[in-house]
Amino acid sequence: MKPVDPRLFHAARSSVRHLAFTVLLGSATAVLVVVQAGILATGIARVIDRRGTDGLGPLLVALALVVAGRAVVSWAQETTAQRASAVVKSELRRQLVRRAVQSAADPTQGPRRAEFAALAGGGLDALDGYFAKYLPQLVLAVVVPVVVLLQLLRTDLTATLTVALTLPLIPVFMVLVGKATEAANARRWDALARLSHHFLDVVEGMPTLRAFGRGKAQAELVRASTDQYRTTTMATLRIAFLSSLILETLATLSVALVAVGVGLRMVDGGLDLRTGLLVILLAPEAYLPLRQVGAHYHASAAGLAAADAAFTLLETPAPAHPGTRPLPEGTFAVTMSRISVQHPGRDRPAPDGAELSVEAGEVVCLAGASGSGKTSLLSVLLGLRTPDAGTVTIGTADHTVAMADIDPAAWQRAIAWVDQVPYLFEGSLAANLRIADPSATDAVLADALARAGLPIALDRQLGQHGSELSAGERRRVGLARALLRRATLVVLDEPTAGLDSATEDDVLRAVRSEADRGAAVLIVSHRLAATALADRVVTLA
Amino acid sequence: MSALLRVVRLGRSGRARLLGAIALGVLAAGAAVVLAGTSAWLIARAAEQPPVLHLMVAIVAVRAAGIGRGVFRYAERLVSHDASFRVLTDLRVAVVRRVERLLPGSRTIGDGDLLARFVGDVDGLADLWVRVLLPAAVTLAVSAGALGMMVVLLPAAGLVMALSVTIAMLAAPALSIRFTGRAAARVAPARGAYQQRLLTLLDGAAELTVYAAMDNALAELDQIDGELREAESRTAWGAGLGTAVAVLAAGGGLLATLVVGAQAVAAGELTGVSLAVVVLLPLSVHELVAMLTPAAAQLPALATSARRLLEVLDAPDVVAEPAAPVAVPAGPIGLRLTDVSLVWPGGPIVLDHLSMQIAAGSTTAIVGPSGSGKSTLAATLLRFIEPAQGTIELIGSDGVVDAAHLTGDDLRGAIGWCTQDAHLFDSTVAANLRLAHPAATDDDLLAALSTVQLGDWLARLPHGLETMVGEHGYSLSGGERQRLALARVVLSGSSVVVVDEPTEHLDDATATALLHDLLAALAGRTVILITHRRDLLPADVPVVQLVAGDAAATGQR
Repeated sequence: MKPVDPRLFHAARSSVRHLAFTVLLGSATAVLVVVQAGILATGIARVIDRRGTDGLGPLLVALALVVAGRAVVSWAQETTAQRASAVVKSELRRQLVRRAVQSAADPTQGPRRAEFAALAGGGLDALDGYFAKYLPQLVLAVVVPVVVLLQLLRTDLTATLTVALTLPLIPVFMVLVGKATEAANARRWDALARLSHHFLDVVEGMPTLRAFGRGKAQAELVRASTDQYRTTTMATLRIAFLSSLILETLATLSVALVAVGVGLRMVDGGLDLRTGLLVILLAPEAYLPLRQVGAHYHASAAGLAAADAAFTLLETPAPAHPGTRPLPEGTFAVTMSRISVQHPGRDRPAPDGAELSVEAGEVVCLAGASGSGKTSLLSVLLGLRTPDAGTVTIGTADHTVAMADIDPAAWQRAIAWVDQVPYLFEGSLAANLRIADPSATDAVLADALARAGLPIALDRQLGQHGSELSAGERRRVGLARALLRRATLVVLDEPTAGLDSATEDDVLRAVRSEADRGAAVLIVSHRLAATALADRVVTLA
Repeated sequence: MSALLRVVRLGRSGRARLLGAIALGVLAAGAAVVLAGTSAWLIARAAEQPPVLHLMVAIVAVRAAGIGRGVFRYAERLVSHDASFRVLTDLRVAVVRRVERLLPGSRTIGDGDLLARFVGDVDGLADLWVRVLLPAAVTLAVSAGALGMMVVLLPAAGLVMALSVTIAMLAAPALSIRFTGRAAARVAPARGAYQQRLLTLLDGAAELTVYAAMDNALAELDQIDGELREAESRTAWGAGLGTAVAVLAAGGGLLATLVVGAQAVAAGELTGVSLAVVVLLPLSVHELVAMLTPAAAQLPALATSARRLLEVLDAPDVVAEPAAPVAVPAGPIGLRLTDVSLVWPGGPIVLDHLSMQIAAGSTTAIVGPSGSGKSTLAATLLRFIEPAQGTIELIGSDGVVDAAHLTGDDLRGAIGWCTQDAHLFDSTVAANLRLAHPAATDDDLLAALSTVQLGDWLARLPHGLETMVGEHGYSLSGGERQRLALARVVLSGSSVVVVDEPTEHLDDATATALLHDLLAALAGRTVILITHRRDLLPADVPVVQLVAGDAAATGQR
């Protein structure tokens, strides 16, 4: 783990300004520390020499000024560090989310939702420690020893040499220990991500778990996985804390060495009291920032590991290069030829070289055994995933164009789609419908609902995933949404599953009317009524 | 604050270790203060040029304190972190136990928000022990010790130190809390809202993309992100203020001690050697106290986290467990519903006055249009929710038992369930099946899979039963997911099985065949088959027809 990850400063521009400001404040701190030590040493020595308060006045004024200065600098340091951290996290979150929705849009891929959510939610907060504590300390660790050594050099050569020789040992040990903790930190982040994923899976599947009497056992499983997290973390910490043990002991012993050495030379009369005091005040200050770096190393390593996880997700290649050509005007036909989609862990692609075409104004029914790749074929058609082989072309009366060359946004504007389990979000039914057409009036929405055969009120509030509606009702909300689109290509995945035959007739009438309008309509369905309605049935092998 | 105290009481298993950590922390911090004081004495005494022998005790003390500080600190950090992780486990397990009583049925807290509470708030609360309780206890103890030393040397300097340490320890954090409090309390809810929204967005990513609504959705998420950033930034000012006040208190103390010390030296009340100790000792105490300000600044955020955690832990039970549960009657088991009205908690009555009897070992179909309450009936039979009125009885071979007198787990041991949205866990095919029957052999699993016509499918999988199904079973098709869930219910040994829409997503021929095989596999058990496809049912299955709305026509064909 490098102490500073250049990608962080590249991805989050605001952090560069923060770093510059931190260097400035760190230098001010170093100067103030040296001045304060000088004033104290002089003050104490003068009182002891003169047996009284004689000549103390100007020193007290100077000390008051230094204290005020340190207060202002520490205020600025803390405030800007926390602000910078909040801004950098926000910048990273926004980039992460944009990358996450791209892979989440492909329903056949199965995105690690919880991993994204944990990272964009709590995981990046580990950067707080990095920005607020570690980075300023790192700057101080470079600036303060230099300033202190310069001052010591003017005072006492022996002490300067002692400090100058032991000081470099600290970064050497830090690098050695850092190398040892790097892998352990990465493992720890993995453990945390797995834990979040496991918990979300448990929460979502709790009804199923309870039905099989496995609900209560989950507490023990979560205990086991959290204990596992504790074990891996403690293993990391034993080494990480060892680093601060070595650093602290080294620093303290060096200071003790200086103090004893100075004391003995003072006994011999080689040093005066003021110099002796200045040396023992300054020597610990040279080691203090380095020791603090060690103390905050654990916090920073966690932050950098989280940032690394974020960059790993950000750097996974985005799916294909989007096209730029506009969509042909008016209605069009779609031809998919020799489409194959590979699935991880399966030796055969599904679909495997599928052929499918839909003319404008035509209803085509896509059938096939489960697992034959119907959903994957739809994902390709919707532009949510790139096929491993084959092409999709869009044809009008005048010309044809490859779908890969078309601007994805333009393509998606021409499509209406109803998934097997349509996505409904928390909010009113009207708001759920308006994602298809934000400007639709209530009357238009009500008409679409009626055509979809769903007589429920527009202001009905839906819970998460539309949990108050039955599966059949959710599907008809999806259909109403599709009808609102007045799309050129309409794709329906099992639109009548879960419906009784009267409602099924309503739905199929609505589907037919879409084709009559000139749309190319593709239905995936096993139902005889849907097959009967279709102009053609294509069966995937 | 009372929420924080309750959370402290929740983390029982870390208590002994925390006390140990405090003892070690006092030794480490004490060594640091001794080191500072002894070094000051050593230098000041050396300036008087005594025989070296007079300095030997101080020289040894400086070295011992130097080594002791590092070693004790190392031990303290290990023990305290271990303690806080144990507390973390306690809190997480408490959340899962609670969720087990709340889902399904209670939908007041969304999944994403729960995740935020579990990971974010609970992780944050672990800091309460390591970053707040521990340093507070250690600092108090060591400051008291150092104060005693100061009072012995020079009472006036002791007074100055008591004052400056009190300001740094109490006033600085108080100011910090005063100015961060409101903003800090907004951070955790904003984070929860963010995570909730993010999960919804990822769930709906495909449709939002196709409907070109993604940009709007992202803009809305960015707005919550902005609120979160704003809340976090606002806490910065107050945190900085606390630190600045602590620095001022330490510096002011230093100044005042130098003045009173100098006067005491002038008056002959204090030796020069002691002056060095009196001025420099408080510096090391303030170094300790300075660690408290950032710790205290976290208190408001921690209090909010504690409240959010307790909201989950205190959420009311969806279903009350019986005070004196009775045993499940011996199988085979039939069911009798008398004047039952169905309702989701807080919602309208879905179905009114339902009465029916289902004979042990028989198969009954519940048929009705969308929204007529079929799935509500299933959830009620499983006692995930309670009926608004009426009784459900289990009729066994040795007696009749009111379902409300059984524990939920016992009841669900007797009544199995397969839902239309059955959840598949991100694990292997085998693990998903063994959920229903942990002791099942591989052969049992294969038999169950072939019952639901997944035998050929399994044979084509390169890793067979050990194939991962992916999150939510993403690597399976809709039909495969449905059948795998059915295989699970076939494996479970329950006497009654509620099957909800088993033929969803299947073509008519496959659906008919599946139903036939399923009923054969479940022969001898009481089967309640919930479906809207009356046409696919075998002719000999009796049908109960539900009608949407508040009136239910019940009847048998």
